[in-house]
Amino acid sequence: MVVGEQKPLEEILEMIEPYDRLILAGCKGCVAVCAAGGEREVRFLASAIKTARKAQGREIEIREVTLERQCDPEYVEQIRPFVGQYQAILSLACGVGVQFMAEHYRQIPALPGLNTTFVGGAERQGVWVERCQCCGQCVLHLTGGICPITRCSKSLLNGPCGGSSNGRCEIDPEVPCGWQLILDRLKELGQLERYLEIIPPKDWSLSRDGGPRKVQREDLMR
Amino acid sequence: MRLECPPNVKVIRVPCSGRVESFHLLKAFESGVDGVFVAGCLEGECHFLIGNLQAKRRVNYVKGVLKAIGINPERLQMYNLSAAMGSRFAEICWEMTEKVKRLGPNPVKTGRGKEV
Repeated sequence: MVVGEQKPLEEILEMIEPYDRLILAGCKGCVAVCAAGGEREVRFLASAIKTARKAQGREIEIREVTLERQCDPEYVEQIRPFVGQYQAILSLACGVGVQFMAEHYRQIPALPGLNTTFVGGAERQGVWVERCQCCGQCVLHLTGGICPITRCSKSLLNGPCGGSSNGRCEIDPEVPCGWQLILDRLKELGQLERYLEIIPPKDWSLSRDGGPRKVQREDLMR
Repeated sequence: MRLECPPNVKVIRVPCSGRVESFHLLKAFESGVDGVFVAGCLEGECHFLIGNLQAKRRVNYVKGVLKAIGINPERLQMYNLSAAMGSRFAEICWEMTEKVKRLGPNPVKTGRGKEV
């Protein structure tokens, strides 16, 4: 899932300072699962904003909505009937959702309520970790199912650097060395010989280096 | 025991302090309540094992939120006491009432701006 984290309340309050009528739009996709921008978070943030404003003696009207997804036009369109009555949209979706809102509703600003952090999963309840950097050319079959691009701080493709000690990365003793994880896993799988195969340099143009990316499926297009 | 309690304390019963969500606490302040305390069981004695510990975390989280929106986090407290500690409960009610009186009304009602 795309993992996000709510921006500090002070920052959100400052962002919405000029407005008195606001749409607070959550998303039932990834950000709901990582407890950053789902229905519950919309309800909570709306209450926090209203409380802050009442305390300042300047009330705010908030329309709470939580869309199925903010990254699909048909759901984004659902707020069109009432969007004209409001001054701004504060979106609790990932950066994609905020941009889709901005593209669809050009007359009012779309503001981000979250910092979109990474693509990852839940390690345990309340803890999310990064697992994928969307490099566009997966090598997990070569590395025992552990991503060297994400888990190695330097994104090395062929073994650890000199900063790996006792299975830990030099950037932080809390961070395991990605290549130590890969090595241990290859051993477990009885595929240690893979470690000797040199992985050629990746085509980084498929990653961010190639500019904004696009996936097209002719069979699905209309 | 017939203990005297301040009349301004409204008791909301929940099956376990773990039932209290952050939103419930915040909503109370939004609606103009001057102070809230969560009375959970003694730590280590939760029938559901961790309900009171979760409540404590939520109280701390909401305290942070209150501070960010300019409401004194002292208005929200967590206490741990058992069902057999009636006199302690009455004492806490007085304690909280005194504390909230000192802080004055919730700024949500007065619109007087940030207290912290």
